[in-house]
Amino acid sequence: MSRNSWPLYEVFVRGKRGLNHVHVGSLHAADDEMAVRHARDLYTRRNEGVSIWVVKAADITASSPDEKDPFFEPSGDKVYRHPTFYEIPDDVPHM
Amino acid sequence: MTDLQQDFEATIAADHRIEPRDWLPEGYRKTMIRQIAQHAHSEIIGMQPEGNWITRAPSLRRKAILLAKVQDEAGHGLYLYSAAETLGADRGDLTEMLISGRQKYSSIFNYPTLTFADVGVIGWLVDGAAICNQVPLCRSSYGPYARAMIRICKEESFHQRQGYELLLTLMRGTQAQRDMVQDAVNRWWWPSLMMFGPPDDASPNTAQSMAWKIKRHTNDELRQRFVDMSVPQAEKLGVTFPDPDLKWNAEREHYDFGPIDWSELKRVISGDGPCNAERIENRRRAHEDGDWVREAAIAHAAKNSRKAAVA
Ligand SMILES: [Fe+2]
Ligand SMILES: [Fe+2]
Repeated sequence: MSRNSWPLYEVFVRGKRGLNHVHVGSLHAADDEMAVRHARDLYTRRNEGVSIWVVKAADITASSPDEKDPFFEPSGDKVYRHPTFYEIPDDVPHM
Repeated sequence: MTDLQQDFEATIAADHRIEPRDWLPEGYRKTMIRQIAQHAHSEIIGMQPEGNWITRAPSLRRKAILLAKVQDEAGHGLYLYSAAETLGADRGDLTEMLISGRQKYSSIFNYPTLTFADVGVIGWLVDGAAICNQVPLCRSSYGPYARAMIRICKEESFHQRQGYELLLTLMRGTQAQRDMVQDAVNRWWWPSLMMFGPPDDASPNTAQSMAWKIKRHTNDELRQRFVDMSVPQAEKLGVTFPDPDLKWNAEREHYDFGPIDWSELKRVISGDGPCNAERIENRRRAHEDGDWVREAAIAHAAKNSRKAAVA
């Protein structure tokens, strides 16, 4: 019995106009075109999407092997990037 | 305890999700792969009992519905295999483990579907029991599994409703049709209760799975919930469950039910159910018949990418 050697693809679906593509899962396919067809059959059986992206899992570059590590630290200590950092009196309108 | 282990424990304690590239204790990884694979196999094998009736569905409407349902079950299997792969499992290995009997699937699918009423009862009771089991799994600590379960649960509600509607229709029919429904209910009731697994005092892995938040309720809790939900639905439908001990217990505010024949579950799990051999044989044949297609598609893709490189 030969082994299924179809590569793994990650699938991203745009739920409707105005939204980003969002990762929904993965599947195996022999090539890109088949991956899009399979993604349609597997992940959009009930109008869950208006557009699909597929990409070979092997082609994805990830930030780091671990989801929570120093890579994100530079943004962790910059509280001044958030509006809540600034104290404004309550009676200033439209802020 | 190492830093990595501490991070893991803290994530679980905070009720945050574990994601694929996090460090995991080996036991968690193994348990999770086993649970997801077994679940995926159940969806895949679960296509067969109902698939049996697609060509003989009594109307085009029923055929379209049944086809869509069976196709959903295939989809569920694929979402779950995809989740198992995020833990390092290999799709081909998982298929082989199923075919060779090294990994199990839900024993419910080893019972035959004798009449079209079975299609309705499977939707109502078997998918109903699956929903009871699966809704809490939407909060499983393993992110990809929890997300797959959310998707699956949304689709399952159609499965249960189409089954119940099918039965309502039969119950409005002839006496022979009503008898057919009651007969199917009699055959599926006890196996449906067994879907929740062995009783808590005989379920040694439950404590660890609850600690890891892989499991949110015990088998007996979920079984009780299912019984409580099903009794009023049966009354509305006009059928009875084959259990003389089934009655409301005002003190517990739950239905009491009779003892389950656990030796039957053991027998069916260990391979001696009415359809075990047939289910696996069908799966093996489908896989082997697909061999040349998988090979040809790979060859075609390789040829196309060579062409593209030359052009
Ligand atoms: Fe399912
Ligand atoms: Fe289902």
